[in-house]
Amino acid sequence: MSETYDVLIIGAGPGGYVTAIRAAQLGFKTAVVDREHLGGICLNWGCIPTKALLRSAEIYHYMQHASDYGLSAKEVSFDTAAIVKRSRGVSGRLNGGVGMLLKKNKVDVIWGEAAIDVAAKGNEPGKVTVKETKRAEPPKGAKGAGTYAAKHIIVATGARPRVLPGIEPDKKQIWTYYEAMVPEAMPKSLLVMGSGAIGIEFASFYRTMGAEVTVIELLPQILPVEDAEIAGIARKRFEKQGIKILTSAKVTKVEKGANSVTATVEDDKGKTQSLTAEKLISAVGVVGNIENLGLEKLGVKIERGIVVTDGLGRTNVPGVYAIGDVAGPPMLAHKAEHEGVICIETIKGLHTHPMDKGKIPGCTYCHPQIASVGLTEGKAKELGFSIKVGRFPFAGNGKAIALGEPDGLIKTIFDAKTGQLLGAHMVGAEVTELIQGYVVAMTLETTEEELMHTVFPHPTLSEMMHESVLDAYGRVIHT
Amino acid sequence: MPINVLMPALSPTMEKGNLAKWLKKEGDAIKSGDVIAEIETDKATMEVEAVDEGVLAKILVAEGTADVPVNELIALIAEEGEDPGSVEAPKGGEAKGEAKTAPVEPKGTPDQNAAPDGAHASYARVDQAPEGAKPNGAAQPGASGGRVFASPLARRIAKQEGIDLSAVKGSGPHGRVIQRDVQAAIEGGTAKAGAAAKPETKAATPAADKPAPKAAPAGGAPAGLSLDQVKGFYEKGSFEEVPLDGMRKTIAKRLTEAMQVAPHFYLTVDCELDALMKLRETLNGSAGKDKDGKPLFKLSVNDFVIKAMGLALTRVPAANAVWAEDRILRFKHAEVGVAVAIDGGLFTPVIRKADQKTLSTISNEMKDFAGRARAKKLKPEEYQGGVTSVSNLGMFGIKHFTAVINPPQSTILAVGAGEKRVVVKDGAPAVVQAMTATLSCDHRVLDGALGAELIAAFKGLIENPMGMLV
Repeated sequence: MSETYDVLIIGAGPGGYVTAIRAAQLGFKTAVVDREHLGGICLNWGCIPTKALLRSAEIYHYMQHASDYGLSAKEVSFDTAAIVKRSRGVSGRLNGGVGMLLKKNKVDVIWGEAAIDVAAKGNEPGKVTVKETKRAEPPKGAKGAGTYAAKHIIVATGARPRVLPGIEPDKKQIWTYYEAMVPEAMPKSLLVMGSGAIGIEFASFYRTMGAEVTVIELLPQILPVEDAEIAGIARKRFEKQGIKILTSAKVTKVEKGANSVTATVEDDKGKTQSLTAEKLISAVGVVGNIENLGLEKLGVKIERGIVVTDGLGRTNVPGVYAIGDVAGPPMLAHKAEHEGVICIETIKGLHTHPMDKGKIPGCTYCHPQIASVGLTEGKAKELGFSIKVGRFPFAGNGKAIALGEPDGLIKTIFDAKTGQLLGAHMVGAEVTELIQGYVVAMTLETTEEELMHTVFPHPTLSEMMHESVLDAYGRVIHT
Repeated sequence: MPINVLMPALSPTMEKGNLAKWLKKEGDAIKSGDVIAEIETDKATMEVEAVDEGVLAKILVAEGTADVPVNELIALIAEEGEDPGSVEAPKGGEAKGEAKTAPVEPKGTPDQNAAPDGAHASYARVDQAPEGAKPNGAAQPGASGGRVFASPLARRIAKQEGIDLSAVKGSGPHGRVIQRDVQAAIEGGTAKAGAAAKPETKAATPAADKPAPKAAPAGGAPAGLSLDQVKGFYEKGSFEEVPLDGMRKTIAKRLTEAMQVAPHFYLTVDCELDALMKLRETLNGSAGKDKDGKPLFKLSVNDFVIKAMGLALTRVPAANAVWAEDRILRFKHAEVGVAVAIDGGLFTPVIRKADQKTLSTISNEMKDFAGRARAKKLKPEEYQGGVTSVSNLGMFGIKHFTAVINPPQSTILAVGAGEKRVVVKDGAPAVVQAMTATLSCDHRVLDGALGAELIAAFKGLIENPMGMLV
């Protein structure tokens, strides 16, 4: 036994490393364990590298449409390897940044696979055994395998792609996001199973790069968590770009050929069809990494693959905590970070509240972008709210026209009785950068009145956020 | 560096107060707006709000400590990231030297002596008070003029539902009232504007927009019937509604508390006054004159009563005592409060060392007190403390009554009118001047026999008043 830490965090993803830094700020002697990469999936195989890929796709798209802006670009082409190299470089740079941040905050990094042997009891700290792993080279200065003692152990091990039986990824024809992020060559045709954020982003990327893309979604709506109207607008735009979309459709069988994959797809009426493509991306969600951590042995309560917590990160076993994907949906980096901070501040004895999951924004970086927070129109009605809905189209916004992005909508949903902003939903250019305006408003509990009184700068896309609110109350100016 | 919590001033003239209660323990997390302690003066209880966040690391003045000077260091808050265990009090009162307190104006009353119960104060921070009168903790509603910090949504829902926001405890950042707080208030049925609310809802409430009325029931005791219930008994329009001022609320609270907390019993005696009346006449007749030709003193019967109570207490030392939670405080000198009726209420200024003062001193002190009480110009220290009080309703022709003990005192003497009565003397009827006096006793301090001893000593002095002159 080498060290006794106040806090030991298993997993250095966005939840884990942010929690570690906050713990260090609060004066805790802190360590974070990881087996593969600082920054987790988000930074290495998720949020960040996909944004790099999508940026390449976006610029490629603009170059193809240069004449729309009075420019000419001839023989526009791309180099797949260079695109992938750039994306990996972005991850590498940020990965190193996380290491520096941890070092700066005097957080110890321990390299390997961790399992909890015992939780803290009375004055006895808990124990965690870290085994060596060959998955990746440890960062400089990391501690190695061994047994470590810690008063508080936080599980922040994240999630991995869900695997459907019979459609197991083989890394050749059947991909998960790992393979889809580092293609050796652009596939000519592609099936995307699942139309959540991951599936849609890859569909958008590969379509822009020229692939024939078909998206297969089990539910009647693509982007199932989004507002139906917004998802409908997005669908039309995707279809206009040439993406084929099958909803209420189930992949019942997948057969692999030498250089192809054939999926049997059944619609809701029982009609089947066969679709063949070079690759199939399985993007049917993620599942929490709860195995081999010793949680069962400790008696940590787990329900349907999710570690049960009290909303402040505490499990039923004192001294053991869980945050981020393992603690349940939404499985988003920013949710994990926030949850981690609440958890460590609770350990510190600061005044904390469970996170309000109704105010966690979601962003999808396809073209056009989708962003939302709060209740959808359907959900608000289902919950019995009497609502006022405001809509403002990109076509009515000067900046959007100037940008050449006249397609999109900003939709706001208010409680008719109290003026509470229940939800905001957007589709169109740059909306992922706009949504946080509404998130701040919701967090501050503004009503329509304060939003109406707020001055939005001209000319910006954000003016549409103002207009949408005005529209909900019959005061819209520009439509 | 830990944050120093200093004894706040309730009024610009306040020099000390009693640390009545700590509402947070050492080790408790503190957020801005939390009520951490209660400070008491005789007429007011004041809640001390934190303006900082952290952990209450050390309590330096124990609860129940009386007469804590303003700006005295009373506790330390460990700031975020600081180990509460390692926080230490500064040496040798250095904190005191630098301390600058923002005087907290009692809200809702122009009269500083009658500050409403439930006033709030936030403590001064040593490290945050530069020269001049920078408002202490600008975001602190308690100290800066009555603004309730609430989210727009909380405000709107409160308005729609008739919730008094000032009565809702805020759980948002810096004690801000947010939607869930208002919803909890609706569900809990508390804080309806105008209606009685549970006492605890007044805790940590930032100061009200409105003057005095808070949602806490007047007097802070069990609320009894609600406003609507009471109104329901009477025809609409048959009454007018009189808002409570601070004094009325304090009287309601303290006397309700006294009747509930102090077990009262009553001892009644008749005292013959012939000797006293005669002595009084002689003494008043012998009073010298000042340069305007006015007599230097004019003794009233009540002045004799005060002096007699003072002397009686020193003769029965066990009765010269008050109850203090787990002990009895016994006094060397007798401090006798005297109830003075004023418009809309009463004050009970205290004659200190009534046992030692001459009748003329007592008489003149009382005249000064009575005059200033009516003008509401008494200082808190002039009506605080006391072991007993005298309440005299003789001038209204009351023959006999019982009085409610004024906490923390242990007795009160209810004095009736002096009148001619027929009594049996030496087997024959005789006419004497007499009055009836009833002593209310706190049974925690005085048992029946001890009370009897006290009132017997009093009676002896009244009937043989020469004993008061030596």
